[in-house]
Amino acid sequence: MDIILHLAGWVCIVAGVFFGITGAIGLHRFPDFYTRIHAASITDTLCAGLIILGLMLQSVSIMMIIKLSLVLFILAYTGPTAAHTLAKTARKENIEPILDPAGEES
Amino acid sequence: MLVSTALATVFMRDLFAVIMLFGIYSLLSAGFFLNLSAPDVALTEAAIGAGISPILMLGTLALTRKKSESEPQAKKSINGVFLPLFVVTITGATLIYATFDMPHFMDPEAPAHNHVAPRYLEQSYKEIHIPNVVSSVLASYRGFDTLGEVFVIFTAGIGVLALLGFLADGSGRTYWQFADTASLRHHNILHVISKILIPLILLYALYVQFHGEYSPGGGFQAGVLFATAFILYTMIYGLQAAYAVISPKVLYWSMVVGVLLYAGTGLASVFLGGNYLDYNVLAHDPVHGQHIGIILVELGVGICVAAVMMSVFFNFAGRTFDPSSQKKGGE
Repeated sequence: MDIILHLAGWVCIVAGVFFGITGAIGLHRFPDFYTRIHAASITDTLCAGLIILGLMLQSVSIMMIIKLSLVLFILAYTGPTAAHTLAKTARKENIEPILDPAGEES
Repeated sequence: MLVSTALATVFMRDLFAVIMLFGIYSLLSAGFFLNLSAPDVALTEAAIGAGISPILMLGTLALTRKKSESEPQAKKSINGVFLPLFVVTITGATLIYATFDMPHFMDPEAPAHNHVAPRYLEQSYKEIHIPNVVSSVLASYRGFDTLGEVFVIFTAGIGVLALLGFLADGSGRTYWQFADTASLRHHNILHVISKILIPLILLYALYVQFHGEYSPGGGFQAGVLFATAFILYTMIYGLQAAYAVISPKVLYWSMVVGVLLYAGTGLASVFLGGNYLDYNVLAHDPVHGQHIGIILVELGVGICVAAVMMSVFFNFAGRTFDPSSQKKGGE
């Protein structure tokens, strides 16, 4: 049982790291501001969330689980808010998103 | 990564990006300190360098301009480069040669580990009875140095106030951006989230302040966190509402009260018969005296830091926008 929890924790942490790397690559390679916001918020929510989830699975006492879940709670509050605020402010400043040229696709 | 961030900071022209890079540098340093087992320093560095500093620098940027003014020259004469390069190389080589004489990292025979440090580490629990040795060294053994730090922060605060001027009794002057969008109140999501987060941030600040003897924490971090909550409130609700909550006069008095609390604790020890900032005489029993002394001085530090940060931010945010003149109000 402990081994399974430990392994599940490692799987979560590795997945979180993978999402962090893809978020960083996306931040560089995406063409538009709005898509880059999406990549950055992937790092914020998925990467950090999965790593914390993995640590929770591997933790030794109930206090650690409670503290980690509080950190996750704060992160779940502030991460998407930051992304939303960035996007909304960009929209207000009239940064146009790159859309499909009209009439080219269905 | 620290080196690459520093290099990028030097070579970038866009000041907004430079501010972000400063924040990243501070965050990386905080992680670095955590790696060296110094959580107190890491907490302070993260809170101040990645939290308050970018906010204040962005405020400055909004008041001045966005790009640094000098353009890089297309051609530079190659002869002018050799002398500075030579001087820098010689200085750098001398410094690196001097580091060969320094003791190795974590060498037990190093002077930093030999004279006072073992005494502090061994005697701290017996004399002061708090688990966090960093707090005991900061507030009790080296309390005089910390008094100097509080004075530095206080001087920075009154320096900003002297340069930018006092806010004229807080009546109706709002920063142009706030006046434009009636603060950020119609960002509904931000409004709702902040309503939930501000009490939590304040609670956390109080926790860090008073629990600083048992866990990483202390006055500096707590003051910065406290100021952060108020800055968030100001950004959402506007400067008028913030003045209704805590007026600038209260802030100016708090700055002074914080410093006086610290210095006054020292004077109280003198009046009670000990040396300056000798907490042993503050109560019937030296251990209790140390506890009382440490709590009072950390409170003084926290109050002063919070008041300075808040008054600097209010001062930046309260610059008037004069439509006729183009100097103030950004671009």
